[in-house]
Amino acid sequence: MPTFFEKKQLVTPGELLAEGDYQPGENTYMEENRIYAQRIGLVDAENKRVNVVALRAFYVPKVGDIVIGTVIEVGFNGWTVDIKAPYTAMLRASDVLSRPFKPQNDELSQVLNAGDLIVAKIASYDRAHDPQLTVGEPGLGKITRGQIMRVTPTKVPRVIGRKGSMISNIKQETGCQIILGVNGVILVTGKNTADEELAMMAIRKIEEESHTSGLTDRITQLLKEEKSKMEENKT
Amino acid sequence: MNDKPEKLIDKKGVRLDGRKADELRPVKVQVGVLPNADGSAYIEHGKNKILVGVFGPREVHPKHLSMSDRMVIKCRYHMAPFSVQERKSPAPSRREVELSKVIRESLEPSVFVDLYPRTGIDVFIEVLQADGGTRCAAITAASLAIADAGIPLRDLVVACAAGKIDDTVVLDLYDAEDKLGMADVPVAYMPNLNAVTLLQMDGVLAPEEFETALNMAVEGCKKIYLVQKEALRTKYMTTVVKEEAEE
Repeated sequence: MPTFFEKKQLVTPGELLAEGDYQPGENTYMEENRIYAQRIGLVDAENKRVNVVALRAFYVPKVGDIVIGTVIEVGFNGWTVDIKAPYTAMLRASDVLSRPFKPQNDELSQVLNAGDLIVAKIASYDRAHDPQLTVGEPGLGKITRGQIMRVTPTKVPRVIGRKGSMISNIKQETGCQIILGVNGVILVTGKNTADEELAMMAIRKIEEESHTSGLTDRITQLLKEEKSKMEENKT
Repeated sequence: MNDKPEKLIDKKGVRLDGRKADELRPVKVQVGVLPNADGSAYIEHGKNKILVGVFGPREVHPKHLSMSDRMVIKCRYHMAPFSVQERKSPAPSRREVELSKVIRESLEPSVFVDLYPRTGIDVFIEVLQADGGTRCAAITAASLAIADAGIPLRDLVVACAAGKIDDTVVLDLYDAEDKLGMADVPVAYMPNLNAVTLLQMDGVLAPEEFETALNMAVEGCKKIYLVQKEALRTKYMTTVVKEEAEE
């Protein structure tokens, strides 16, 4: 029962990874006892389970995910929202207005208009139905200030870090509030633009160097250096 | 240009462009050349120059074309007006419509279409310069562009043609050989699964000749596969190399 890869090796779709008593994990598939890669990425095996960490993928909705989306259309009883996924999401009017919705009394475009950005949670989604969003929880709803950036969805876990170490680090150093959409859209809100730029620069660096080890320490150091530079410029 | 050469292949087995019977034209591939597309690839196969851009998976428009149990693949093969010696009308010709269908069907078995129902991907193939065997080069590049878009694949698809000129079976015909030769057999192939996804024949071949041509084309595919795979790795290698340098 051999495997045909070294740890963290770069593999391309269709490459044979293992044969025999193995389980196909993420981004792999099994055919006649053999496991092949589905996407370009780095292979890893844990307990007979072969995984490929994809270097390129797109976001697939999952119930409970927090995402950031753009309103693209105001409809009769809700909004169509682009969540950077293969499917566009729906947000129902009755979910936003915490009272019964009557088309005669409420003008939906005054609540949310096309182009508005929202933080929302996926309320329901399956193969047969487009995702439904909800904003009925604290922290969700229309975004009024801050800056938006996008990273590859597969790299969001790296930005969060182990047990949130990376993200809490950036928050602490820059004093910014950061909301990570699982779909790869990130909202950075700080006291001023300089703080926001600093946080965004750090996140971009994480995206670029997401495979390297000891990244958390280097990001912390980077942020400290940049901050002291900013202090110098002020005086 | 218009005078027919006496022989397409001489006694020593050397072809008009100096290749041996089982020799490929030089192939160069690059991945991720178009930042605006979700995935892209550029191939130079001999004098062929082809650019492919892929979008998706995304919602299908118009909506009635979407399928409730699988992803649809839309493919457009198009030749630029300047891709051939006599200006080609930019409107899609009969041949281009057929090739679009044939290329789509050769890529379809490699994509996990049932994973993302009600979605679609668009494959745009633009032939910038044509010199025979564009459908094969287009398939090779299109498969890479799909992989570059992060769409899950069973295997990469590689394509290569074989044919017959002056009663000799040869690999990878170019424009003159295709026009003056006796037969052309384009083959698309998934190397890791050992599966053929496209097999066409134009011309006349004896059964034994057909078999040699098919085997020759598959061998050619395997050679191109190495170049194809390397191109995909090169784009994503940069990030991985950094890691090794620091450890």
